[in-house]
Amino acid sequence: MMETLDQLFVLLKRWVVGEFPAAWRLWLSPLIDAGAIIGVFAGLFAVTTLLERKGLGRLQNRMGPNRVGPFGVLQPLADGLKMLTKEDIVPRAADRVVHFLAPIAMVTPILLAYAVLPFGRNLVAVDFDAGLLFFFAVGAGTELAVFMAGWSSRNKYSLLGAMRGIAQMISYEVPLVLSAVAVVLVAGSLSLPSIVDSQAGYHWGWLARWHVFTPWGLAGFILFLIAATAESNRSPFDLPEGESEIIAGHLIEYSGFKYALFFLGEYLGLFAVSALGITLFLGGWQAPVPFLAWVPSYLWFGAKLLGCIALFIWLRGTMPRLRTDQLMNFAWKFMLPLVLVNLVVAALWHGTAAWGFFGAGATRWLLGGAVLWLTYSALSHALFTAPGRGPRTYRYAD
Amino acid sequence: METAFYVLAAVTVAGAVAAMALPRLVHCTLCLAVAFVGLAGHFLLLGAEFVSFAQVLVYVGAVAILVVFAMLLTRSADAPPAWVVSRPGLLGVGVAVLVFGCLAATVAGSGLAGREAPPAPEVTVKALGERLMAEYVVPLEVVGLLLTAALIGAVILALEDRAKGGT
Repeated sequence: MMETLDQLFVLLKRWVVGEFPAAWRLWLSPLIDAGAIIGVFAGLFAVTTLLERKGLGRLQNRMGPNRVGPFGVLQPLADGLKMLTKEDIVPRAADRVVHFLAPIAMVTPILLAYAVLPFGRNLVAVDFDAGLLFFFAVGAGTELAVFMAGWSSRNKYSLLGAMRGIAQMISYEVPLVLSAVAVVLVAGSLSLPSIVDSQAGYHWGWLARWHVFTPWGLAGFILFLIAATAESNRSPFDLPEGESEIIAGHLIEYSGFKYALFFLGEYLGLFAVSALGITLFLGGWQAPVPFLAWVPSYLWFGAKLLGCIALFIWLRGTMPRLRTDQLMNFAWKFMLPLVLVNLVVAALWHGTAAWGFFGAGATRWLLGGAVLWLTYSALSHALFTAPGRGPRTYRYAD
Repeated sequence: METAFYVLAAVTVAGAVAAMALPRLVHCTLCLAVAFVGLAGHFLLLGAEFVSFAQVLVYVGAVAILVVFAMLLTRSADAPPAWVVSRPGLLGVGVAVLVFGCLAATVAGSGLAGREAPPAPEVTVKALGERLMAEYVVPLEVVGLLLTAALIGAVILALEDRAKGGT
């Protein structure tokens, strides 16, 4: 019974496809996958906009939306209607074709990235041998979309915002990919379902074998989360579209449905990269404790995804925005060395996997943790005492 | 399979032609990116997943962006030159046609044309990685060293710039 419930969507799709003539099945199967992914994650987007506005409202000591429907739950619907019916304004000097194509070029690669993510046991659209590489490859397409949006608007603020955005995305892609490489090193595979399988089982019958419970996994997960926040242009890394500095950056000349598409792309990117983090470090769809393993796998995945979204909303309500030079220094001088050391620690962890003496696990943990901690403290000490850095001085008008 | 090949071929060729023919450099770059994606599709069709994704990652994610940055820094994105038929241009077309003709004639005349295609080997990413880290580890390391040297060189260039400029 629980087995059937766990495989519900897989069986359902198999049944639907089986009802059609054989000639159609080849085309129908990917169409159903794509439809399901778009439907589910567009729905999640609608729910998240409401949750975010409510959550931010609470963090800022106000109510949040509460006018449309009970407790404001129909607010996403109202937002959607507003976006759809708004006038679509294109500047006269804009490059019309590129301006039109930019939102499409933004959303399409992000939707493609969902194809390789395992949402549950056997619940993956395409199991590529190099799935992780596919995820990062299609993610690279969004950088061009940002440039297209910024350049085609013919507005200096939008171009400036686009350049900032591209610089930020390129800089943070390095730690993002390198923190994922540590997982590949230990799991020995680039295929996301087999990375999930490599985290199956429990230590001593209760502690899940997730990568986040290893020293390199913990450091890698934190680095991954930071880089993911920057990749998806979210606060505190939202300076490409900082409203108070460059009036929304590359989005400034977009209105109506095109703006909604960019908004959708941003949130879908956030979900995708969170889902990747869950798959790499948090055991994917695996249950955290063995006695709850009967709960269907996609529910575990959804719960972890919602947890990640909650964390991102919390971060957005808590952190102030960075400056461009702080952003770049942080990526290249702090995250890059740390993530490289993390790679070495992962190799160390993998190399000492055969240790069998009593307390070997604890020794490996302490060893890896000590290396990472020493690097972290040395780096922060070096950066805080670098020449040119001192107490901040303020000048006030007399 | 056949249909996919023709669609991808049309996209790649159209992208490449547009990349050379359009007057605005930004449009050319975007079309070039389309051609790169089309090529990646061809690799995927041939079963070379790793090469295909690496193609997108490197050429669309890095090379196209590099071209964009170069264009914006040199301000050549602003002025679209008028469509001109120049003598060097015509000469270039002639040379290109001649070179293509020579190569095509040579390939067609050699033994390659009539040869049976060998069966495609099943190449997994794992096998590729093992080959790269065991058999070809020295070339890999040399390439890594070269890229590191280039990176350090770029940093040094940027540093000297700042020292001269003051601030």
